[in-house]
Amino acid sequence: MAVINMAAKYKTTVKEPGIPGVLKMSEEKIIFIPNDPRSAMKLNVDFRSIKGHKFSKDGSKQALLNLTQDSEKGGGYIFEFDKFSDRNVCRDFVGKVLGKFQAMMSSKQNEQPVPEKPAATMHGEQLSTTEMEHRMKLLREDSELQKLHKQFVIGGVLTESEFWATRKSLLDDDAQRTSKQQAGFKSAMLADVRPSTDGRTNKVTFSLTPEIIHQIFAEKPAVHWAFLNFVPSKMTEKDFWTKYCRAEYLHRTKNSVVAAAEAAEDEELAVFLKNDDILANEARRKIRRVDPTLDMEADLGDDYIHLPDHGILRDGSKETVDAENDIARRTLSQDLNRHAAVVLEGRALDVELGDTRTVAEALARSKQAESSAETSDEKTNQERLKRVSRMTEIEDLQAPHSLPYAPLCIKDPREYFDSQQANALKALGDTDARIKPIDCSLSTEEAYIYLMEQISEVKVRGLNNPVVQPEAALKVLNGLNQYLSSTKYHLGKNPQESVLDRLPNRTKDELMHHWTSIQELLRHFWSSYPITTTYLYNKVLRLKDAMTQIYHKLQETKESVQSDFRHQVSRLVQPMLQALDAAFAHYDTEQQKQYNKGVSKPNGFVQ
Amino acid sequence: MKFQIEDVTVYFPYDYIYPEQYEYMVELKRALDARGHCLLEMPTGTGKTVALLSLITSYALARPSPPLKLLYCTRTVHEMEKTLAELRLLHSHLPPTHRSLALGLSSRKNLCVNPYVLSSASRDSVDSACRRLTASWVRAAAAEQPPGAVPTCSFFESYDRAASSGPDAVLLPPGVYTLGDLRALGREKGWCPYFLARQMIRYANVVVYSYQYLLDPKVAGIISREMQRECVVVFDEAHNIDNVCIEALSVSVRRQTLDGATRNLHRMAQEIDRFKATDASRLRAEYNRLVEGLAQRGNLALTDAWLSNPALPDDILKEAVPGNIRRAEHFLSVLRRLVQYLKGRLQTENVETERPVDFVASVSSQAGIDQKMLRFCYDRLHSLMLTLEITDTDEFLHIQTICDFATLVGTYMQGFSIIIEPFDERMPHIPDPVLQLSCHDASLAIKPVFDRFQSVIITSGTLSPIDLYPRLLNFNPVISRSFTMSLTRDCICPMVLTRGSDQLPVSTKFDMRSDPGVVRNYGRLLLEMVAAVPDGIVCFFVSYSYMDGIVNSWNEMGILQDVMQHKLVFIETQDVVETTLALDNYRRACDCGRGAVFFSVARGKVAEGIDFDRHYGRLVIMFGVPFQYTLSRILIARLEYLRNTFQIKEGDFLTFDALRQAAQCVGRVIRSKADYGMMIFADKRYSRHDKRSKLPGWILSHLHDAHLNLSTDMALHIAREFLRRMAQPYDKAGTGGRKTLLSQEDLEKMGEDPMNMF
Repeated sequence: MAVINMAAKYKTTVKEPGIPGVLKMSEEKIIFIPNDPRSAMKLNVDFRSIKGHKFSKDGSKQALLNLTQDSEKGGGYIFEFDKFSDRNVCRDFVGKVLGKFQAMMSSKQNEQPVPEKPAATMHGEQLSTTEMEHRMKLLREDSELQKLHKQFVIGGVLTESEFWATRKSLLDDDAQRTSKQQAGFKSAMLADVRPSTDGRTNKVTFSLTPEIIHQIFAEKPAVHWAFLNFVPSKMTEKDFWTKYCRAEYLHRTKNSVVAAAEAAEDEELAVFLKNDDILANEARRKIRRVDPTLDMEADLGDDYIHLPDHGILRDGSKETVDAENDIARRTLSQDLNRHAAVVLEGRALDVELGDTRTVAEALARSKQAESSAETSDEKTNQERLKRVSRMTEIEDLQAPHSLPYAPLCIKDPREYFDSQQANALKALGDTDARIKPIDCSLSTEEAYIYLMEQISEVKVRGLNNPVVQPEAALKVLNGLNQYLSSTKYHLGKNPQESVLDRLPNRTKDELMHHWTSIQELLRHFWSSYPITTTYLYNKVLRLKDAMTQIYHKLQETKESVQSDFRHQVSRLVQPMLQALDAAFAHYDTEQQKQYNKGVSKPNGFVQ
Repeated sequence: MKFQIEDVTVYFPYDYIYPEQYEYMVELKRALDARGHCLLEMPTGTGKTVALLSLITSYALARPSPPLKLLYCTRTVHEMEKTLAELRLLHSHLPPTHRSLALGLSSRKNLCVNPYVLSSASRDSVDSACRRLTASWVRAAAAEQPPGAVPTCSFFESYDRAASSGPDAVLLPPGVYTLGDLRALGREKGWCPYFLARQMIRYANVVVYSYQYLLDPKVAGIISREMQRECVVVFDEAHNIDNVCIEALSVSVRRQTLDGATRNLHRMAQEIDRFKATDASRLRAEYNRLVEGLAQRGNLALTDAWLSNPALPDDILKEAVPGNIRRAEHFLSVLRRLVQYLKGRLQTENVETERPVDFVASVSSQAGIDQKMLRFCYDRLHSLMLTLEITDTDEFLHIQTICDFATLVGTYMQGFSIIIEPFDERMPHIPDPVLQLSCHDASLAIKPVFDRFQSVIITSGTLSPIDLYPRLLNFNPVISRSFTMSLTRDCICPMVLTRGSDQLPVSTKFDMRSDPGVVRNYGRLLLEMVAAVPDGIVCFFVSYSYMDGIVNSWNEMGILQDVMQHKLVFIETQDVVETTLALDNYRRACDCGRGAVFFSVARGKVAEGIDFDRHYGRLVIMFGVPFQYTLSRILIARLEYLRNTFQIKEGDFLTFDALRQAAQCVGRVIRSKADYGMMIFADKRYSRHDKRSKLPGWILSHLHDAHLNLSTDMALHIAREFLRRMAQPYDKAGTGGRKTLLSQEDLEKMGEDPMNMF
């Protein structure tokens, strides 16, 4: 990691003006040298004493970075930067270093001194800060992972990228989770801006935020359209919104006479007050795709009662609307319906709210995309019909439909399947007696027929090689069974207890750790074949060395345990050793072949 | 499933059947056997429609001759679609040899596929745009001139060519055709769907269309004229049928109508002059025809048929048109005098109510038009317009209205009244004079239907009190029955809320409705419920103006904002397009789990036919009692008529009418026995026995005494309890002695042992 030099002001409290100088940060130390050489405020702090860092938000008054020594007490070193970008560079650096220290700290707690060679691990790739932080976070959350990381990456067996390459899913998954969730529109009617008065003067104040403006654009296409057309060519944005608010105010006070007069004078203002043609068109388009069992518009076309002047006109149920003034016609109900519809549609934008212009343009783009996507009418029609027919059925008079299902999403497959397996094993142990009766339901005849079929099939096809060699399968099965039954015998009846639980804690942890380490190493080992590059060759060498170490350690553990556990432990260790042996054997044969210039066998082949 | 009811094999499209449905079918079958009319009330949510369709279809299959046709009348087009969807389900369960033809019929507006015609906005302009392309004289002109000179409708032309080789050529294969299917078929084959459907209803086994096609003489005259006697007519959701009948025979004339009529007359005069100059023989031919007493030109081309005479077929005189209106000019001057007279009447300052007899007498003395001339106005106008080859009929709606009015007022002396109002009661400062001919006798319009068809079935979820309908509609049902509902669990929970949380009464009574305390209490009620009830909630208000007012107040009070924290808000407006979209969005909001509230109006379009079943409506709140606007002159006149003719007290009728609307509104939440929903009647007046007892039995039986006088917090508590109870799994088939779901086996057992039925 490089060393950072940055101009900054050092201060002990936020309010102070601060002493200008240069901040130097390296992996170990933070050094501040004031511009004024006479100043006593020289700093030389060990990075280890820093426990956390705080910083001011982008866009706030000062670009501050606060390195705290103790998170509880507060207090620390505050630096002010000229620019946020400068600050951010430092902040990211501090974040990185702190993260690493944290990883080391926790490993120290485990009382396992580790040789420090951090610099060597990082060179392989350029990582963005967020990615780095992400990895840090993962390590912090998962102590097992952290141990592995420490052992192999910091221990130099694997590089950082190699280590993470096998955990891509973990990274991706998390990336998705942490990616900003798209928030929909607020349920509240923000577009319904209420003016506030100060009570003394005749001034009314409207306040608009980017959120409100976005909602206004979405709910009132006419305003959106006007904004795109008028701003900035015809008027400034401020004028535009002033005009809009004026129109809103007129609408709110229901002063239709004034509104009409103003609209007549000012054609831009009229846009806000008039009926929204774009909405009307949209409604006409949408009504064609509406569920026919809801379509009340079709009624209007059918009812001969709706002939003008036919039927009972004034019985109180129908109310005549004065259609003369098209300005006063916008009602609260329409606004409510429109708002709810927009909220329901959701926000199709992934633009940062802020600049009104970009928001307006992005909205226009998404609308275009929407209207162009509406071509597949035939399909939606089919779907609609299906829905209607499903709706008409009376559900409890018939067998239930197969319900639509969501695919099962397993967050951590390993954990899931391991636990499943454990359950299955447990169940197997308990239900030995229960499995048998199934077979008894077969009558002799059925069994005979089945056998006959099998025999005739074999006669036709001949015996073919089974997928698994029966002898080998039997051997493995026997071995496993034997272990199971013998351990079961030793353990007694307690189902919760497993073999591991009976071992001393230290041995158990060690074993578990070795097991995961071996898994990790083997995964890398096998994935490196066929060896095509020298890089891979080196990697395999490294891996092999690490494995040999672990092999020895395992042997040691095996021997070091007390005699009454030795049998159990050796049994637990045996599969690990076998797996390692297989890897070594493979390595040796490969070496041999390399030596003989033979063609390497396909990847993953185990004899 | 398939089972026997006496000698009829009934095909039912489900594996199980509710006992109510079975009973309903049994009663229905008896009515069909007796060839009489019947009146059946069955609670909503018991599968009335499918029971009806499956029995009648099966009955028709069991008795193939004479072929029985089903005319199924719905109030709205979307209900038509729903019915057709059920029919389609039924059809897929019929044996393949028994497939029949079923189709829906609507106006040109809903069926046309010609893009040029469709570009017109309203129904009338679509009609006239169609006529402009398909009228017989237009087609004749097109045939004479080089192709392309006179535009015609290619869809109609190709249909006509196909149909000219005999009706079999265009006969649709058996199946169920919705309006959408007909349009798709029309596009595919290049045939006009509208005329195809018009033609096909003669051959169809099931026709689904709107009430008006049978009840309104203007429409029935051209569409349902040729239906044979062997028809079963079903009026579904018929609790408002009396109002439909009344509306069918009511006309109102406004100042705009008269102005338009004057313009129409002017233009017709010009046309007559033009014809006189160019083609005088046509006018002479018309005169001769009228002398012979043929008001109609014999056999009209299909496309020339126009709205028929507004009077009922039995009342139309079969005699020659009176001599003094045979000549076109004379007829025009009669109309001019009539328009002038009506204009004079509209200038009144006071409300005037008159009987038709007096009105006719005054027309006769002041304008010199006698009753017989009035009666012939409509036919004479029709004939004249055909002679003048006028295609843009939408322009001539005004004069048509005047002639409708004249014919009706000249035909009927009883059961009508004429009311002239100088302004709307609620907006006295806006002069808007209107002359209304309002019909009070619901039995007039429906009488020909009862007379003509073998069986008429009137059914709905709310027909209480069931003895009132035969009186209002003047018929004798062979069977009139009200069914109860057997529920597996108490899946409906009606409550009467009389007080807010502050224990002050809530009501929409005229003197209380604008009280801010009541408005706030209603708002708090909604707010509490929105937070407690999942998915959809529907609120019904007594009128549009009340709803607008209260929603505005809630908005000002901040209640609406709080409600929006929990659910999206959608509102019914007077604009159907907007309301439809709002409903569609409401459903989507409920589907996606967001939850929504729908504000609607009792007696509005949504209350009329939209279901809020399952998660689309877990709670209905009826804010207030939906009384009619009691100051309306028309209502007062009608009440007077009812009192004089049927001895029905005003108060009783108003309560009956209000409660059937309320019951109808809340009844929309239940669709099946697996469904559940709550109903809150939020008005202190509901706790009174005289109001409450008018609710249908299936609601009353679930209305516990403890739920009759609730405040908001108590209601909330009950709602929470209810929702928790409903969320538990239960046995669908019903427990104990009474089964609520029958399988084929159960039915067979019942058939063997008829004594043990239910």
